[in-house]
Amino acid sequence: MKAFTRHEGLVAPLDRANVDTDQIIPKQFLKSIRRTGFGPNLFDEWRYLDVGEPGQDCAQRPLNPEFVLNQPRYRGASILLARENFGCGSSREHAPWALDEYGFRAVIATSFADIFFNNCFKNGLLPIVLKAEEVDVLFRDTLANPGYRLSIDLASQTVARSDGSTFAFAVDAFRKHCLLHGLDDIGLTLEHAEEIRAFEAQHRARHPWLFPGSSPAP
Amino acid sequence: MAGKTLYDKLWDAHLVRENPDGSALLYIDRHLLHEVTSPQAFEGLRLAGRKPWRIDANLATPDHNVPTTLVERRGGVAAIADPVSRVQVQTLDDNCAEYGILEYRMNDPRQGIVHVIGPEQGATLPGMTIVCGDSHTSTHGAFGALAHGIGTSEVEHVLATQCLIAQKMKNLLIRVEGELAPGVSAKDIVLAVIGRIGTAGGTGHALEFAGSAIRALSMEGRMTLCNMAIEAGARVGLIAVDDTTIDYVQGRPLAPKGALWEQAVASWRELHSDPDACFDKVVELDAAAIKPQVSWGTSPEMVLPIDARVPDPAAEADPTRRDAIARALQYMGLQPSQAITDIRLDRVFIGSCTNSRIEDLRAAAAVARGRRVAASVKQALVVPGSMPVKRQAEAEGLDRIFIAAGFEWREPGCSMCLAMNADRLEAGEHCAATSNRNFEGRQGAGGRTHLVSPAMAAAAAVCGHFVDVRELLEQAP
Repeated sequence: MKAFTRHEGLVAPLDRANVDTDQIIPKQFLKSIRRTGFGPNLFDEWRYLDVGEPGQDCAQRPLNPEFVLNQPRYRGASILLARENFGCGSSREHAPWALDEYGFRAVIATSFADIFFNNCFKNGLLPIVLKAEEVDVLFRDTLANPGYRLSIDLASQTVARSDGSTFAFAVDAFRKHCLLHGLDDIGLTLEHAEEIRAFEAQHRARHPWLFPGSSPAP
Repeated sequence: MAGKTLYDKLWDAHLVRENPDGSALLYIDRHLLHEVTSPQAFEGLRLAGRKPWRIDANLATPDHNVPTTLVERRGGVAAIADPVSRVQVQTLDDNCAEYGILEYRMNDPRQGIVHVIGPEQGATLPGMTIVCGDSHTSTHGAFGALAHGIGTSEVEHVLATQCLIAQKMKNLLIRVEGELAPGVSAKDIVLAVIGRIGTAGGTGHALEFAGSAIRALSMEGRMTLCNMAIEAGARVGLIAVDDTTIDYVQGRPLAPKGALWEQAVASWRELHSDPDACFDKVVELDAAAIKPQVSWGTSPEMVLPIDARVPDPAAEADPTRRDAIARALQYMGLQPSQAITDIRLDRVFIGSCTNSRIEDLRAAAAVARGRRVAASVKQALVVPGSMPVKRQAEAEGLDRIFIAAGFEWREPGCSMCLAMNADRLEAGEHCAATSNRNFEGRQGAGGRTHLVSPAMAAAAAVCGHFVDVRELLEQAP
């Protein structure tokens, strides 16, 4: 997994609550058996005026000029700003894959749906929860200042504005460690393989019906 | 010391290790797989040279984009018209064959929606930890199992380690006391709950449903309830084990037998929250006050009783909410303060992991019997949740009732719930759906979904607009 340490980038404001995973990446694109190729279809129904289907050349499709990411001032944005409950809905990891491939490294919102939040960390994409009043400030700043950028530092858990003021955010210690070092968590878990085996043997003795071919406990 | 909640008990029984930073490794008893979220996980295993930890914990079936017409199904995987879907279904078959994972293939007599077949086959048992790369895995919590959706990276993690890295959630209790009115179902309860606490109301929580109205529900009703816990933001829905649970599980093909069964039942009897357990939040509802529900907007929390009017954004003080209401009304093509009963339907969909089990089909058939789908409705689909549900419905003659009324009777799969296969809405069409999500474009680009119970969907089909199903149930056709 790619590491996330510090990131400085252009901010795009998506001023909506409850942005769901069907909006982030519509289902017709989930038929792919690959992990890549989702970037051009990020927010497909908002971003294009025609109906998106797999296999299209998205460069030829009519863009919706109303959609925020299509506005020239947000081209190259790498930090997405949104409202509460971002990423609600399905468990599709295609959602963070699409955001990542589009070029986002972080999403700032007042809250996230649990599964989406978790999926982000597996893909080097940092979801940042800030207070509603802080998010309000960032929306105002972004709209008022073309080319508005923020600087995110995971080690110190801060979002820094250009005037030097910062907003602090919380992050779970284990996820932070994995993200800072780009660690593969399967490898980390397998370091505890002996413990897992010991647990499994005990679990089987206590609940033999969970393991096909077991005999009843004595 | 306070007693434990059901969630606490399940967590403790599966805790392999706890790290000083609060993260934990949980042992996973059952891993369900389908074609959409697993291919990249198998590919990851292969690239890293890893093998599945415990093959017999896994069970797979294709459901999300299998065709539902008999013509297309008869030809097997090779006959799936959409080449991208075909590759995905074939890839699941190939991966399961390569690793020796039990799979109910597309035309297997046990195939169906993954959250229907798990319980049906006895692959879902009380006290288990169950995960699947699908957010509606919360369904299995109806059995007193700790069950939730995971992403594809976690699918790979569970395949490789039989564990999940987890953080403990908080406990939320939804207590529903009293008796439901006739014609009001589990779907109406859960929609009313979501309307009350919102789509983020359960975020970070395991949500336990309790109270006399929940105890009175069948297992199928309980599955409907837990299925939509995720629509309230809670990855986990839970219901304590009782006789209803145990009676349902007994005799299922993969359920324990003989002495193992006796041992298992003794253990399962402990799967309830202690009377002195402490919940972080408690929400109470009066079952008798719940009316049939209809969602009017583009989020499941935008839901109202059948006799209500859709909101007027001008009456909302909060600007974010006002914008959301205005945007939803515009997307849905509705006027402020329009009566729910004035919403006309173009299509009707009865199916999905929420409402495609035999009792759901019986409830819909009871309304459809002797009536006709309204001429203004272009299509009314009934998609059973599994092959066994389909056979049972046919044995009871439900298929003939539906067909006589003008419904189409299909093969099992997720179908128009998320429209990954050919079953979908056209832009602007209104659909009464028994599924779980009314997001923009969910059932097809520009489609307008209204979430309802199976009986309410059937009533909407025959009337062409929403109607309180209790009025139809009172009068013979």
